[in-house]
Amino acid sequence: MLENEELEALEVAHVVDARASACPGPLLEAKKGIADVRMGEVLEVRSSDQGTRKDIPIWATKVGHEFLGVLEAPEGYDRLFVRRGK
Amino acid sequence: MTVSSSVEASNPLDTTLTATTQQVTGDDPAARLQALEERVRQLESKLVEQSVSDRLTMVVFSGDFDRLVAAFIIALGATAYDMQVDLFVTFWGITALRDGRKHLKKDLVGTMFDRMLAAGSKELSLSRMNMAGAGVKLFRHLMREKGVHSLEDLIREAGQLGVRVHACEMSMGLMGIQREELIDYPDLDVCGVGTFIALAKDSRQTLFI
Repeated sequence: MLENEELEALEVAHVVDARASACPGPLLEAKKGIADVRMGEVLEVRSSDQGTRKDIPIWATKVGHEFLGVLEAPEGYDRLFVRRGK
Repeated sequence: MTVSSSVEASNPLDTTLTATTQQVTGDDPAARLQALEERVRQLESKLVEQSVSDRLTMVVFSGDFDRLVAAFIIALGATAYDMQVDLFVTFWGITALRDGRKHLKKDLVGTMFDRMLAAGSKELSLSRMNMAGAGVKLFRHLMREKGVHSLEDLIREAGQLGVRVHACEMSMGLMGIQREELIDYPDLDVCGVGTFIALAKDSRQTLFI
């Protein structure tokens, strides 16, 4: 997990916006989105679903990616960062 | 060398291993080592054969709207983990697979079932608080408001993501429902309990909904 400043400074290769969607929408968006970045690149998932905050880190670790952390946007949604691992 | 004998004891019918306990426990160290290596190799290959695959199998028995939503959300969640998902749909679950726009000419009993059963996902009731259909309307409204996909969208997405649906032939026969009345779904077949058992045997998780 990275510090907030490190997360802010990350070079994000692709952003998926799943704010309009509830479980399991953000998870499925993350799964689709990770296929659009190359190995080692970072995907940002935007979500306003509370469950996703827990789901994405577990999912990422389980399927072989690296969960880097989460930032709260001032507008009130979460920005979750995942580095593609396989 | 009790390892080999305990493996054999747990698998008494296994006659395919050629490296025997005698070879492994013999006097010549080089021969023993070779026999052990051979045995490990054989056991390893068997482990791969026997291990369950990363698969989720569900029995969808219920024809309740809420249970169907749960079943399809779980199925979709599993696809995010690259799991193969198989839904064995039986009894009341079949009603969710009916396509309300497809009608067939039927005998008396078949017609009776047609009238009594939900003709597709849009006519399902809630398992609780249905209130003559007002409950399910409220749920659909709330789901839309909170960004939960509708049951019809969940089913469509499941089809796109490779979730396989197996409709129970026996249930369909009892209720006079035919293949031609079911929804257009990419991977749908009509089968029996044998298919479900074969799938469940190789699944890490099996759920009954």
